[in-house]
Amino acid sequence: MLVWSRAARRMIWAVGGLVAAIIYGAPIIVIALASIAGHWNGAWPNDFTLRHYGNALTGDSARQLRTSLETGAIASVFAVLSGTWAALALRKIAPLPRRLFDLFFFMPSAVPSVSVGLGLLVAFSQPPVLLNGTTLIVILAHFVLISAFSYGNISAGLARLRPDYEQVAESLGARPAYKLWRVTLPLILPYIVGALSLSFALSMGELGATEMVYPPGWVTLPVGIFALSDRGAIFDAAALTMLLVAGTFAILLALVRISNRATVR
Amino acid sequence: MLTIADRDGAASVAPSATQAAEVAGSSIDFEDVTVSYGGTVVLDRFSLSVAPGEILALIGPSGSGKTTALRAVAGFVRPASGRIRIGEQDITDIPPYARGLGMVVQNYALFPHMRVDQNVAFGLRAQNADPALIATRVGECLELVGMSSFARRYPAQLSGGQQQRVAIARALAIRPRVLLLDEPLSALDAQIRRNMVEELGRLHRDLPNLTVLYVTHDQSEALTLADRIAILRDGRLNAFGPSRSLYQAPTSRFAAEFLGRANLLPVTVSQLDADGVLARVRLGEHSLSVRCELQLAPGHGCLLCIRPHALRLADLPTGNGFRATVETALWQGDTQNVTLRVEGVALNLTVSPSQAMPERGSAVWVDFAPHEATLIADEPAHG
Repeated sequence: MLVWSRAARRMIWAVGGLVAAIIYGAPIIVIALASIAGHWNGAWPNDFTLRHYGNALTGDSARQLRTSLETGAIASVFAVLSGTWAALALRKIAPLPRRLFDLFFFMPSAVPSVSVGLGLLVAFSQPPVLLNGTTLIVILAHFVLISAFSYGNISAGLARLRPDYEQVAESLGARPAYKLWRVTLPLILPYIVGALSLSFALSMGELGATEMVYPPGWVTLPVGIFALSDRGAIFDAAALTMLLVAGTFAILLALVRISNRATVR
Repeated sequence: MLTIADRDGAASVAPSATQAAEVAGSSIDFEDVTVSYGGTVVLDRFSLSVAPGEILALIGPSGSGKTTALRAVAGFVRPASGRIRIGEQDITDIPPYARGLGMVVQNYALFPHMRVDQNVAFGLRAQNADPALIATRVGECLELVGMSSFARRYPAQLSGGQQQRVAIARALAIRPRVLLLDEPLSALDAQIRRNMVEELGRLHRDLPNLTVLYVTHDQSEALTLADRIAILRDGRLNAFGPSRSLYQAPTSRFAAEFLGRANLLPVTVSQLDADGVLARVRLGEHSLSVRCELQLAPGHGCLLCIRPHALRLADLPTGNGFRATVETALWQGDTQNVTLRVEGVALNLTVSPSQAMPERGSAVWVDFAPHEATLIADEPAHG
C-alpha cells in the first residue's frame, strides 16, 4: 500500500473518483441528456421528449441496430474461434517464431481502422476475390480489427493454465481432442468469454473501417450515428448512441454472468 | 476394517481383497535414458529397473533429474536416447494417453470444473468405458480412499488431504499398470503428510501388485514407503538399493548425507578380518572395528559412516569406542541431540530425552556396534 493514512487514502479516492467521473461519466451524461432533449440552447437542455427514441426504434435506425448486432456477433464469434485456435497452436512452438506470430496478430490493432478498411477495399475490389460492396467485407473488416484482442485474451488464459491439468488428463487416457474439449477449453472459459465480450464491444463501436467498406444494404449503427451527426440531427444521433450502449451493455452483462459462473468453481 | 482419520475428518477404508487383486502391476525399465533440455543434459544414461508390485522411490536434490525420469515414463519428456519399457512393452515412442499409467502430481491437478465423482470417472470416460462399469469403478475407488461421501463436491470444497485422496482415486480408477507419484505430499502440511504417508503405505498393502514410482525430495517419505530407493545426483544414478540397507550401509558419501543425518569420520584401514566382513580402522589414537563392504587395503583412507542414533554415550572405555568432547547438547522434545568433537571433526549423536544431559566441554566415551557403522569411499561433499 503506497499511502498508509486513512484520510490520505480517502482524499486520493475522492480525487480519482472525480477525475474518472469527468472523463468517463460526462460524455455519457451529455449524450443521455441530448437523447431526451427537445432543444439545447443554454447550459442545460429543455423541452424533454422521447421522440428521438421513437425515431430510433423505427425505420432505418432499428435496422442499423440489428445490423450492428449481427455484425458484432458474427465477427466476434469468428475472432474468438480463430484466436483460440491460434493461441492453442502457437503455445507449443519455439519462443522466437511465437513472438513473430504475436506481432503478426497484433499488427491490425496498431494500424488506424480507416487504413485497415482502405487496405481491404483495395485488396478485395478485384477478382479473384471480389468482396467490395458485400456484407462479407464489413464482417471481415471487423474480424481483422478485433481478432488481435481475442488472441491476446486467450493466450493470456492459456499462459496461466498449469500444464499439470492437461498432462494428468493425457496420462488418464484422454486423446488430444477429448482433452481439449473436456479440460483445456473449460479451464480457459473465463478468458474465452472475456475475449468474446471485448470483441463484441469493439465491433459494436467500430466506425473507421466500416465507413470505408460498408455497402448500402449493410449500414451499422455507428455509421448511422455518424451520418445523423453529419446532417446535424444530434439528438437523434444521441438516442441511437444510447440504444447502442444499452444493447452492448445487455449482451456484455449476459457474457459476464456466464464468465462468473465458469470462474466460481 | 482399518480406518485412519486425518485432521480434515475424512476417513479411509480398506478395500476388499477382490478389489485389491484387480490392479496388476508391471515392471518399469529405464535403459540408458538420456534427456536434455536445449543442450543441458538433465538425465544422463540413466538405467534402472523397478520390479512389478514394488514401490521405488526416486530421490535427490533439486535438479537431480528425478522428476524428469518420472515424466519420461509418463511420456511428457522425450528421451534423446535410450528406451523405456513397461513390462514387455517399449513405450518410448507411445503417446502419453496410450501408456495406461496413473499419475498423481504435487498440486493434485483435480479438474476444478468437475465434481469429485466426475474427476474420478474422467479416465474411464476418456477411454469410452461402459457407463455401468464407470459407476461401479468410481464407487470402488472413492471407497478405497475414504472419499465416498464427498462424491458430489467440487475440488475447491475439499482440503488438501482430501484432494490428494481424490487424485489417487482418479489415478487408480483406470487400473493403471504403474502409478507415478510426483512429490504427491509436498503441498500438505506436516501432520497431514505423516497421515498420508501411512495411508499410502496401507493402500499399497491393499494393492500389492501395483508398481509405484515415487518421486520425492523427502528422504523420510522414501524410507517409510519404498521397498527400494534410487538416489540421483546431477542426472545420474548415485546409489540404489533396498531402503533399509541403503540407509544402514550407504554406498557413497552423497547417499549417506542425503538419506538422513550421517557422521562421516576420516579413518585409515589398519587390518581386514579374514572373513572380509569387518575391518579395523584407526581414528587418531583409537582402533575401531567396523563393517566393511568396500575392497580396501591396509593403509587406505576412507570415511567411517555412523548414524547419530547408532552412537552411544558410555561412562568408561569400551571395546569399540573413542573419546570425544561435548560441544552442545540440545533437548528437542522426543530426543536429545548432542554435538561432539573428535579428532577435529564434529559429530552428532542422539540420545533418549530421559538420559542425563552431558556437560558442555566435558570429555565422554562414545561407542558403537561394528555392524551399525560402515566404511565408504571418500569423495567431495555435495551441496
